[in-house]
Amino acid sequence: MSRISKTFSLLKSNNKKALIPFITAGDPSVEMTKKILHQLVESGADMIELGIPFSDPMADGPVIQRASERALANNVGIRKTFEIAKEFRNTDQDTPLILMGYANPIEAIGFDEFLRLCKEADVDGIITVDYPPEESKEYVGKLKENDIDAIFLLAPTTEKERIQQIIKQATGFLYYVSLKGVTGAQNIDIDQVKHRVAEIKSLTDLPVGVGFGVRDPETAKAVASFSDAIVIGSRIIQEIEKSNENNMLENISKIIKSIREVI
Amino acid sequence: MDNYNFPDQNGHFGPYGGTFVAETLIEALDELKEMYNQFKDDKEFLNEFHHDLKHFVGRPSPIYFAERLTHKIGGAKIYFKREDLNHTGAHKVNNTVGQALLAKKMGKPRVIAETGAGQHGVATATIAARLGLECVVYMGAEDVKRQSPNVYRMKLLGAKVVPVESGSKTLKDALNEALRDWVTNVSNTFYIIGTVAGPHPYPMMVRDFNSVVGKEAIGQMDELEGKQPDAVVACVGGGSNAMGIFYPYIPYKETRLIGVEAAGHGIETGKHAAPLTANSPVGVLHGNRTYMMQNEEGQIIETHSVSAGLDYPGVGPEHSWLKDTGRAEYVAVNDDEALAAFHNLCKTEGIIPALETSHAIAYAEKLAKELPKDKTILVNLSGRGDKDINTVANIAGIKI
Ligand SMILES: Cc1ncc(COP(=O)(O)O)c(C=O)c1O
Repeated sequence: MSRISKTFSLLKSNNKKALIPFITAGDPSVEMTKKILHQLVESGADMIELGIPFSDPMADGPVIQRASERALANNVGIRKTFEIAKEFRNTDQDTPLILMGYANPIEAIGFDEFLRLCKEADVDGIITVDYPPEESKEYVGKLKENDIDAIFLLAPTTEKERIQQIIKQATGFLYYVSLKGVTGAQNIDIDQVKHRVAEIKSLTDLPVGVGFGVRDPETAKAVASFSDAIVIGSRIIQEIEKSNENNMLENISKIIKSIREVI
Repeated sequence: MDNYNFPDQNGHFGPYGGTFVAETLIEALDELKEMYNQFKDDKEFLNEFHHDLKHFVGRPSPIYFAERLTHKIGGAKIYFKREDLNHTGAHKVNNTVGQALLAKKMGKPRVIAETGAGQHGVATATIAARLGLECVVYMGAEDVKRQSPNVYRMKLLGAKVVPVESGSKTLKDALNEALRDWVTNVSNTFYIIGTVAGPHPYPMMVRDFNSVVGKEAIGQMDELEGKQPDAVVACVGGGSNAMGIFYPYIPYKETRLIGVEAAGHGIETGKHAAPLTANSPVGVLHGNRTYMMQNEEGQIIETHSVSAGLDYPGVGPEHSWLKDTGRAEYVAVNDDEALAAFHNLCKTEGIIPALETSHAIAYAEKLAKELPKDKTILVNLSGRGDKDINTVANIAGIKI
């Protein structure tokens, strides 16, 4: 069983939902990212989504765009992201680490090199935003051969037949995008999300996580009541932007804890 | 190339093209594909399209023999396909008329567009005004500065112009922002992409709408010269004016197809916008796979061209395919050469060309010099240069 599946089943037996924070590798600096990763786990994160910086993050809102720009200004790209991941894994063998990124940096270094780096850093899953299943058969096949979970996004606009197709390719969990929009948007409609998550769950036994519009404990609690995981990203990155080096870890910890308590 | 039939059903031109977008847009693209497939051979739709091209745009655009330029150079005969005479001043309007008509058929009350030079933005704002559609245009903050007349033009036409401050603040970032708008407002919004890039079906659809240029040219050249040109030359930013004139010529094997990219400060300096000529690596951006200017880790790099409309790190996927198959050739012309061609054309022919177009003219001049007098070259004169007079004056150190 993969580290991701193991984590989900453990949480299930404890009647808890997974808390998955997202940060971008190299934001605000390589050193801080390393510290933040451990802080997230300490404060109650069950898995971590680490963003691979990209120059053209077209699915991201302004907050995560800025995180990517800061990381790139620190010369952090896909290779440095793996260095950070590897160091995290050296000191934490239990927490699943999921990389989230865009196709181009992966293709630029090549699938084989990408897989080698994934194995070396013992990464558990990958979300490739602009690789819909029909364009990524070879890639997804290779991920599976290497026991890396291929996590797919499902959107409010994804029709039932297509959900069924995607489920066939997906492993680890399904990531439901809670709204029509980019990351960090604020137009989440809880009832609608509930309805859609129920529909997805009726079609699969895979866990279903929800992300893109979760920003506070109240929303997190509501969403966690009918899903298996919540992903929170822009809200944490805003905390990075607001804080200085001295209070950053503490401020992030507060947010994570406030959500941990309610899900 | 005898039975050229691209893209395939999934929008692939050989290894290029495709649909590389976030899941939220898949549904909208499927819907668009379906509607376009339904309308592209629909008699009534095509009648409306051609009616608008004739009465609103002013088509057919003439082909003009550039006699003084030809004599000055002393080689092959140079002809111009005069897309600059279209309403709004460039080829871009052919495509916007088509897409806006489709938006209307699909019942979308709002259209959005990205723009570099502002020509596509103006063309979109124009057709939106005519059809009574709400219109938002995304434009890199850099381009807002260097193409200010077009910004005001769009505003006059009732469009909202949103300056894009992210990334390199040029065309590619405007495209990112337009995609973000589209994911957010996908139910009521039609995204009118301005070039043969983006996810399937855009590269095909934009090519088809612009191919009126090449279709007309074939008839007109036959009339004027009794034969087809030895070379067709067009500038390539995303590649829509080039695809528009190349596509109908693909079966005419005796006609060379030559795309002219922007060499900026020179290919060797790295400061250019010529992914095909420079043999950039293949990458994925804005929904398709194509040649793409990027670093070793796949970050898209900043491009440079004196012309905002060519300042794009990628190129339409069909051009990548035409390059690989050898059916088209790609060359590049630098800023100085383009500017020289701009000034030369103003004075020898009484035509102020767009800076984008000036790249094609500069190369046609070079080629004409090498060819004997009985050969003919047809240049797609993609747009007029009124929008560029501030840029040109600035470079000359003149304040207007
Ligand atoms: C007059 C003119 N020609 C050419 C271009 C380049 O675009 P494309 O390569 O799609 O024709 C532009 C773009 O703004 C333009 O305004």
